[in-house]
Amino acid sequence: MATSLPSNKKPSPYRRFLSDKAGLFSLVIIIGVLACIIFAPWLTSYPDQGLGTPGLDRLMPPSSEYILGTDRLGRDLWARILYGGRISVLIAVLVVALALVIGTPLGIIAGYYGGWIDEIIMRIVDVFLAFPPLLLAIFLAAVLGPGLFNMVLAIGLGWWPWYTRIARAQVLSYRQRPFVEAAEFMGVSDTKIMTRHLFPFVGSPVLIQSTLDLGSAILTVAALSFLGLGLPPPTPDWGQIISEGRVYFPDRWWYVTFPGLAIFITALAFNLLGDSFRSSIDPDRGS
Amino acid sequence: MGNDMSGLTLILRRLGMTLLVIVCVSIITFMATRLLPADPAALYAGPRASADKIEEARIQLGLDKPLVVQYFSFAGDALRGDFGISFRTRQPISSDIKRFLPATLELVFSAMALAILIGIPLGVVAAARPGGVVDQLTRLLAISMASVPSFWVAMILQLIFFKWLDWLPLSGQVSTETMLFNPIEPITGMGTLDALLGKNWVGFRDAFLHLLLPALTLSLYPIGLALRMTRSSMGVVMKERYITTARAMGISSTHILFKFALKNALAPVLTVLGLTFAFSLTGAVLVEVIFDWPGIGAYVTAAILAVDFPVIMAVTLVGTVVYILVNLLVDMAQAMLDPRVTLR
Repeated sequence: MATSLPSNKKPSPYRRFLSDKAGLFSLVIIIGVLACIIFAPWLTSYPDQGLGTPGLDRLMPPSSEYILGTDRLGRDLWARILYGGRISVLIAVLVVALALVIGTPLGIIAGYYGGWIDEIIMRIVDVFLAFPPLLLAIFLAAVLGPGLFNMVLAIGLGWWPWYTRIARAQVLSYRQRPFVEAAEFMGVSDTKIMTRHLFPFVGSPVLIQSTLDLGSAILTVAALSFLGLGLPPPTPDWGQIISEGRVYFPDRWWYVTFPGLAIFITALAFNLLGDSFRSSIDPDRGS
Repeated sequence: MGNDMSGLTLILRRLGMTLLVIVCVSIITFMATRLLPADPAALYAGPRASADKIEEARIQLGLDKPLVVQYFSFAGDALRGDFGISFRTRQPISSDIKRFLPATLELVFSAMALAILIGIPLGVVAAARPGGVVDQLTRLLAISMASVPSFWVAMILQLIFFKWLDWLPLSGQVSTETMLFNPIEPITGMGTLDALLGKNWVGFRDAFLHLLLPALTLSLYPIGLALRMTRSSMGVVMKERYITTARAMGISSTHILFKFALKNALAPVLTVLGLTFAFSLTGAVLVEVIFDWPGIGAYVTAAILAVDFPVIMAVTLVGTVVYILVNLLVDMAQAMLDPRVTLR
């Protein structure tokens, strides 16, 4: 409905994305962060401390020996952050994966069958979305107790409805296409139509959205571990390192500052990527 | 769309849906605490209780009855505002919530005010030149604000403003000196407001300084939200013909931005208010922990550490119901103000 702008040539979303420096920059950062946590053992002189073995020099400020300082058990903070990143990112990926596995099929079923099945599924979605963000995760994590799997469950159970919504909307836009109707007409089973014909069109938008959601997943994971609902020590994750370091704050400022910076940079990169992605698909929505 | 009759049915339908959602939420919350590994009776009886004592607690708490009966007695009590006794404080949870709620609301309202006072003007300025430097910078700012862990930024602010600059207090709601020499008469429970009402200027200054950092931390995400929403709706309005006409007539761009365009772009503000309130409700949990702010968030965090289920359950339920009602109010208000919006 933009009437005043003379726009006769429209660059493709892909082109627009490539011309957005912020988007490309964030992609580079994400690859950098992933490389750091994958190659963690080669990027630090203290891989065993990263995993939890105590070191000799406790609470040392950043120096040439320990570039980010050491923690309360004398472990190199850089090593802790590298190995902590593995857990933080792993949990975030698992959360999103769990949400995908629950959310996508439900969305496809709701969109494909419609009627009362759709009604029931979407009302369940409404109930889960009725909880304030984070509160449901905190509540479930508190009742489930600490642990990697419990944490994934606690966050993932509040996460899936978003993907159900996206998947359902996608299915609704493909539901009446000739290829789906032709398949129905030829007596292809519902399951096969949903998995073979509809899933390919639903899968990619949901998968893209879920990747972009990793930033908020990482933030949620960090918040829960900070509250003491994460993994038991010595396995580090970013939120947990901050919660450990809080006791020594603000005197030993590095203990809290650097793991927080790691969370911030990673979440920012994913959110920036998501933002530039969205604006390259839908540039009229402003920035 | 439609006449008044259908409007009324829509409202009734929406109210019915809301009620249903609240019932389902209460069932989920209740079932989660009952189907979990930890035994509430053992927790209630305390760590060194004998088996007999635990059985006694089980009967006292009604845990020996069928789940359905338990749910209805829980729901009935909750409707009357009775959430049972906290395992940790041994106080009725409803009176605990009443005691801690004002401090949280003070924080939440301050964050909302900051979001509107900072976020909306920034959004307007960004919309003046789409794609310009200001637009790019505010976009980055808004995304950063949404990406920063609030509990971490809270500590960084403490590091800067308390340790390095020594301008603001570290934590708490008032300082000890104020409590001793200029005590604030509790009226509403909100420190700054009570000091104002009691014309206690020294106390107000102190309470205000204590409020600044937590409120700022809590407002970061909402500021970004207000900024983006204002920017986005302004972007649409600025393409309208009447703006072009106004430009052609030589009206100053400031006047166009803040008088003509903003007025028509303010519809999302209501949404921002609703979202901010909702976000702050849970965001406050983390912020209160860092700043030792005596609110619901600090209360529920202590409950989490003490595995105090009734409190966790009550706060989750109350928080969710408030969240649902705020969303309902926002939607209704928007449908009333903007005829293009209909209730679903």
